[in-house]
Amino acid sequence: MTSIPAGEAGVSGPIPPRAAVHGKHPIPSAGPYPMGLMALLATVSMLFAAFTASMIVRRGGSDWVRITLPSVVWINTVLLAGSTVAVEMARAAVRRDASSRSVRWLALGTVLGVLFLVGQVQAWVAWAAQGVFLPTSPHASFFYMLTAIHGAHVIGGLGAMLWTLRRSALGAYRSGAHLGLTHMAIFWHFMGAIWVYLLVLLSIL
Amino acid sequence: MSHDYPPQGFIRKYVFSTDHKVIGIQYILTAFVMGLVAVGLSVLIRLQVAWPAHQWPLLEALLPNAYESGVLKPEFYLSMVTMHGTIMVFFVISLALVSGFGNLIIPLQIGARDMAYPFLNMLSYWTIVPASLIMLSSFLVEGGAAAGGWTSYPPLSALPQALSGSGMGQTLWLLAMALFIVSFTMGSLNFLTTILNLRAVGMSMMRLPMTVWTLLVSSILGVLAFPPLTAAAIMLLLDRHGGTSFFLPEGLVVGGVVLDYAGGTPLLFQHLFWFLGHPEVYVLVLPALGIAFDVVATFGRRPVFGYRTTVVSLLVVAGLSMIVWGHHMFTSGMNPYVGEYFSIMTVLITLPFAVIGLNLIASLWRAEIRFSTAMLFALGLISALGTGGLGGLYLGTAAADIYFHDSYFVVGHFHFMIGVVTGFGIFAGVYYWFPKMFGRHMNETLGRVHFWLTTGPVFVAFISMHYLGLAGALRRLYDPTSYASFQPLQGWNVWISFELFIAVGAQLIFLGNFAWSMFAGREAEKNPWQGASLEWTTASPPPHGNWDEMPIVHRGPYEYRTNGSTEGYVPQNAPVRPTLADSATSPAGEMLDRSGP
Repeated sequence: MTSIPAGEAGVSGPIPPRAAVHGKHPIPSAGPYPMGLMALLATVSMLFAAFTASMIVRRGGSDWVRITLPSVVWINTVLLAGSTVAVEMARAAVRRDASSRSVRWLALGTVLGVLFLVGQVQAWVAWAAQGVFLPTSPHASFFYMLTAIHGAHVIGGLGAMLWTLRRSALGAYRSGAHLGLTHMAIFWHFMGAIWVYLLVLLSIL
Repeated sequence: MSHDYPPQGFIRKYVFSTDHKVIGIQYILTAFVMGLVAVGLSVLIRLQVAWPAHQWPLLEALLPNAYESGVLKPEFYLSMVTMHGTIMVFFVISLALVSGFGNLIIPLQIGARDMAYPFLNMLSYWTIVPASLIMLSSFLVEGGAAAGGWTSYPPLSALPQALSGSGMGQTLWLLAMALFIVSFTMGSLNFLTTILNLRAVGMSMMRLPMTVWTLLVSSILGVLAFPPLTAAAIMLLLDRHGGTSFFLPEGLVVGGVVLDYAGGTPLLFQHLFWFLGHPEVYVLVLPALGIAFDVVATFGRRPVFGYRTTVVSLLVVAGLSMIVWGHHMFTSGMNPYVGEYFSIMTVLITLPFAVIGLNLIASLWRAEIRFSTAMLFALGLISALGTGGLGGLYLGTAAADIYFHDSYFVVGHFHFMIGVVTGFGIFAGVYYWFPKMFGRHMNETLGRVHFWLTTGPVFVAFISMHYLGLAGALRRLYDPTSYASFQPLQGWNVWISFELFIAVGAQLIFLGNFAWSMFAGREAEKNPWQGASLEWTTASPPPHGNWDEMPIVHRGPYEYRTNGSTEGYVPQNAPVRPTLADSATSPAGEMLDRSGP
């Protein structure tokens, strides 16, 4: 048996190649963001999954009455879809290094996002005018609650969009370097998808 | 100090710091403060349970709202039980074990300068501070703190008029929990990202120390399991203040008045709560096991046994823990087939858990054990894991659980698992990493006194609770002697209280030792325990940025060897020397291979 002196080397495999190498710098360029974003989307998904399960269970109650959704929500859906397309156009513009065009698309995306929120409030106003409030029926409770929670996430997304708009206006994004914009776009598309999902859920349950 | 980190003033360095080590220590100290409150509550609870009708004039002088003519008020007892559980689970164990050690240790063990999002990290700590203050302040509002149990089941928690603590106290409870969840989720995102993306060159997943692995699994569980509790809390708030009836069924009568609710189901809340509640147990227990693995390897001077099987078992435990929550609800009237599913899944989880536990024990095989305080607590943890785990088998089986439900058997069981196992994990971690935290040692003699005065009493007390439960004694009773059938058992309650008072006294020794050693403990060198993982390759305490020259990892974290030298170890950053390739044929080399990739 070969005795190995204390504190000396032993045997081990070669150093595995790794992408996220960070020498002197505290954070590698854009290294942690995809993972952080994915984890964030996972946690948001679980939140809405829990609400879905609750809705399916609560629907079994004797007092469940589905109320027709305010028609403005369909307009809002178009606005949000338009916003998500605008964000994608902004990305495409950045990929072609057309930064002034990307700023315009992002500004349009932001405006459409804000209009979506205004439209959602309009939906509440429409229902309130009909006398449908939060406690009126469990279906109404879910509508008000889910639109509010989704809206809160959209506000977060708009914050990120304003941030990327500012960065874009400062010329921070180039064809090969626009990870912040991409991640904002992923979150924004995700919010769009969640909204469509909620709309289907609230329309069929 | 690394040039990346300029010198900072007091506020930026110690208060609003983005340095993971400072934040880790902040979390641990906050947990100690909250722990003092929760332990204080447990003392009052045990005084009441052991001597229900006794008059305590001194306590009345101290807490005039809680005592009337020297006797504890029933509603305050319910508040204390509720708050003891809530504070212990979320504001002590979660804070110290997951947030505290996670922040302190993850970057040091994976070879990173800081967490992935240092600012988010600071934000998550400074969200916990108001959460803690709000939770504590609920004792001061009208009606007192929440009293519906730490599980906050509706309708008790949903109807402000249900209990005196169901008013403002319950609202503050929900608010504090919402802030806690936000903070904990931010922390979990940070841990997850840091572990997966910021590892040093050469630090492959299979070279991670067990503490990091367990914190990774904990973080995944945290990210996935907390949102349903958030959903439940939002709906509960709306039921309380928005007039909705998510959880409130029709026909509820409070004070002779029929309430105007319909169609809701309290069971929905229970499902959402336990969907978090059960994984939360693993969120807390797993990091304690990870710390135990690291401590056992360092003080046993040999690699941990079955590194890979432990990792696989951890992942299996995590997966199963998400689908067994119903075993907390066997008596809720669930379909027996559903109960059978939950029983089978729960018993199944004992398999990977047994693998982890046996790997811990096997890691001691032929070890050259150094009985430091940290090691003593790790050994105590292993013992508590076995004892508590056995009780879990009975509670996971529907047929037995229907008898044991809501009895002291349950109380004894979960105090072993998320009281003793996690508590000993915290103590093992503190004694082990204290030199890294403050550059000083804790007093080992006081540490041993702390260990023995804690271990004996808690084992005796919590095993006794199992007997009480077997005899049918129910938990949460304000006055157990008010039931004739429990009167013969009262001696057990007195006995348990005495044991726990000794254990509580021992914690004061610990806190004294901690506070004294922070400033006056023996100075520690870089690697006082001859540890092989990366945190021991930098100064004690490490500078902001942790290393001047970032370490490169060449091997696994547990390269200790017992052939001839008790000092023998190879740090993770020691380069490979091909000339020693022949050592691969030695038993030590074989062990090394297993701990590396």
